[in-house]
Amino acid sequence: MKLAILFGTATAAALLAGGAMADTLADVKARGMLNCGVNTGLVGFAAPDANGNWQGFDIAVCKAVAAAVLGDASKVKYVPTTGQTRFTALSSGEVDVLARNSTVTFSRDTDLKLDFVAINYYDGQGFMVPKSLGVTSAKELDGATVCIQTGTTTELNLADYFRANNMKYQPVNIDSNAEGEQQYLAGACDAYTTDASGLAATRAAFANPDDHIILPEIISKEPLAVAVRHGDNNWGDIVRWTFFALVAAEEYGITSANLDEQANTSQNPEVQRLLGKTDDLGKMIGLDAEWAKRAIAASGNYGEIFNATIGEATPIKLARGLNAQWTQGGLMYAPPFR
Amino acid sequence: MSDFAVPAHPPFRPMMLINDRRYRGYTIQVVVFILIMAAAWWLIGNTIENLSRLGKDFNFDFLWKRAGYDIPQVLIPYTADSSHMRAAVVGLLNTLLVAVLGCITATIIGVTAGVLRLSNNWLVARLMTIYVELFRNIPLLLWILVVYAVFTESLPAPRAYSGADPAAHMILFDSIALTNRYTAIPTLNLLHSHGSLNIGWGVTINWATIAYIVVLVLAILAHRALGRWARARQNLTGVRPRTWPISAALFVLPLVALWLYFGIEVVRPTLKGFNFAGGVNVHNALVALWLALSLYTGAFIAEIVRAGVLAVSKGQSEASYALGLSRRRTMSLVVLPQALRVIIPPLISQFLNLTKNSSLAIATGYMDLKATLGGTTLNQTGRELESMVLMMGIYLVLSLIISSAMNLFNARVRLRER
Repeated sequence: MKLAILFGTATAAALLAGGAMADTLADVKARGMLNCGVNTGLVGFAAPDANGNWQGFDIAVCKAVAAAVLGDASKVKYVPTTGQTRFTALSSGEVDVLARNSTVTFSRDTDLKLDFVAINYYDGQGFMVPKSLGVTSAKELDGATVCIQTGTTTELNLADYFRANNMKYQPVNIDSNAEGEQQYLAGACDAYTTDASGLAATRAAFANPDDHIILPEIISKEPLAVAVRHGDNNWGDIVRWTFFALVAAEEYGITSANLDEQANTSQNPEVQRLLGKTDDLGKMIGLDAEWAKRAIAASGNYGEIFNATIGEATPIKLARGLNAQWTQGGLMYAPPFR
Repeated sequence: MSDFAVPAHPPFRPMMLINDRRYRGYTIQVVVFILIMAAAWWLIGNTIENLSRLGKDFNFDFLWKRAGYDIPQVLIPYTADSSHMRAAVVGLLNTLLVAVLGCITATIIGVTAGVLRLSNNWLVARLMTIYVELFRNIPLLLWILVVYAVFTESLPAPRAYSGADPAAHMILFDSIALTNRYTAIPTLNLLHSHGSLNIGWGVTINWATIAYIVVLVLAILAHRALGRWARARQNLTGVRPRTWPISAALFVLPLVALWLYFGIEVVRPTLKGFNFAGGVNVHNALVALWLALSLYTGAFIAEIVRAGVLAVSKGQSEASYALGLSRRRTMSLVVLPQALRVIIPPLISQFLNLTKNSSLAIATGYMDLKATLGGTTLNQTGRELESMVLMMGIYLVLSLIISSAMNLFNARVRLRER
C-alpha cells in the first residue's frame, strides 16, 4: 500500500519534471529569471566587474534574451561554468541558455543533444608566446611546452596540428584560463594556446601586454556559438532570432541611441517588422511585438556590443575581422525578418 | 538431571512477527531491505527514463573511439590516435603510480614523525607537533596548490640553462636539471641491446631489465637459503659460520657479469631547443602531487603511530631497557612490532584516503584517471554517466584491493593467542 503511494508520487514527480523541461519559455516566464551559463571569468567575454556586475560580449546575449522574454535585461542569473561542466549544466536544465565561448562541433550538436542556435563570434585557435622567446611562427614550436585547457576542442586541435606538421610538444594541462595565465607567466610553458580571442583577452589582463605576441597561425575554425538544449525548438528559435535581431539592427543602423526614433519614423519595412510596428513577428515565437526592440535596447546592436566589450577601443583590442557585417566583408549575416 | 520442564515453544502466529522480540528483528531487516531495493530500482529506472527523454542512450562504445588528445606522462605507449579506453588505462596507471609512491613515503614520514613526536627532545617533539597540526588542519587541495606553486614560481625555466653564461646550473655533477616544469634526470642506456619482450598492448620490456630482475630475485632467494643453512649449522654446532662474503658475492658477481654483458652508459639530459632531452623528465605535476599527498597523509599516519606506540604498555619498554637494549632498539624491536596491531587497521583507511585523494591531481594538471576518463574523455564524448559509473567502479575495485591486501597483512601481525 505504502509502496504504491511511493511509486505513484515518484512517477508523478518524474512526469512533472519531464513536462516542465520541454517548455523552457514557460519555465523562464514562471521563474521570472533567465538562467544563463557563462564563462567563469574571461575579461571582455564574461567576467564580473569591480562591482560584481557581469560584463562582456557573451553577457550581452544573456541580457538581450532576458529583455526579449522577460522585458527586463537585469533578470538574469549568471551561472559560471567551466569547460568541463558547461554542457552538463545545460542538458541537466541548470541553465536555460549557454553563452560561453563554446565551439560548434558535429558531435556536440548531435551526440551531446545540444542545439547551437547562433554563432556570435567566428574564432580560430592561436598561440601566444613571450617576445623574448624569439619565435615568430607556430612552425618553430617543435619541442615546446604548451599550456592547454583540458576538455576543450583546442586540446584536440593542438594534438592534430603538431602531428600534421611533424612536430613534438609537451602539454601542460590546466583547468581554467586563470590557471593557464599563471602557469604561462611563470614560464611553466613556452606557449599558451586557446581561441585567438581568448588569447587577446588574456593578454590584455597582463601587466606588460606588449611583452607577448600572438603568432600569426590560426590552426582551426572555432565558431563560438550560443547553445540551448535539443528538443525545445521554440526556445531555440527565440534565442536564435534574438541574436539575429542584434545583428540585423547593426546592418540597418539601429543603435541603442536612435532605437525609439527608428521605431517611430523608419520607413524601411524590414525595420518596421523587426521593431514590431507591423506584422507582429513576436507572436509567432510566443512573445509580444516589441521583443526585438527590448533586446536591442539591452546593450545595443551587435556592433555596439562588440566595440564596447572586445573591440579595438577596449584593452582586448580585437579587430572585427570575420565578425564584421556581411556588407563589410565579414560573416555576420542576419536572415530576413519577414 | 534437570527436574524442571523446558517450556514448549508456543505455536507460531503471524502477529509474532511484530510482537515477539525474537522475530521482530528479522521483520525490520526484511522491510528495510525491500525499501532500499525499491529506492534503488526507482532511482535507476528514473535515470534511464530521463536519459531516454533527453534522447541519450547508455553505452560504452565511446571507449573504443580515437581519443585525440595528448597526455604528458605515460607509462605505456600512448598517442593521440589511441582509444579512450587506452587513455583511461594510462590515467589509471598514473593514479596507481602516485598512489603507490605516496603510500610508501607517507608511511615513512608518518612513522618517523609519530615516533619523534614522542621524543624526549623538546624541540624535536614540538617541531613534529607543528608539522602534524599544520598538515592535518589545512585542506589537501591547498597543500597541493602551494607545493605546485612553489615548484612553478621558484625554479628556473629550462631556458635559464641555455647560453654561454647560463642563469641556472645543473646539480650533482651536471646530471640533474631542476626546472619549473620538470626535473630532468639521467637515464641508463644499454650498449649492447638484445631486443625486448612484447607483453601485449604495445608494452615491451627490455630483456636486460628482465635479466636484472631475475638475477636479483635469485640472489635474494640464495641469500635466504644461506641464512637458513647458517642457522641450522648454528643450532647444530653452536658456531655461526661466516656468511657475509658469500652473500656479497651472490649479489655482486652476477650483477657485474650482467653489466659486462649488456654494457651500460649514463645518458645525461641536455637542453635541446625548448626543453631537456636525453634523460627522463619527471614532471612537477607528479612530484608536487606526490609530495603534498605524502606530507598530508603522513601527518595522519603520525597520529596513528603515536596512538599505537602509546598503546604499548610502559612495562614493555622498561623491561627492554632493563635488558640493556638502547632506546632505538627498544623502539624498533619491542614497541613498534606490538604497536603494529593497533596501527594497521586505521592505516588501511589512510592508504585508501591517499589513493582516492589522488583524484585532486587535476589541480596540478597531472593526468590521472579523473583527468583522463573523468575529464577530457568525459568532456569530448559527453558520456557523463558512463564515465562516472566506470570511474566509480574502478576506484571501488582499487579500494577493495588495497583494503583486502592490507587486511591480509593485518591478519599476519595480529596478536595470536595460543
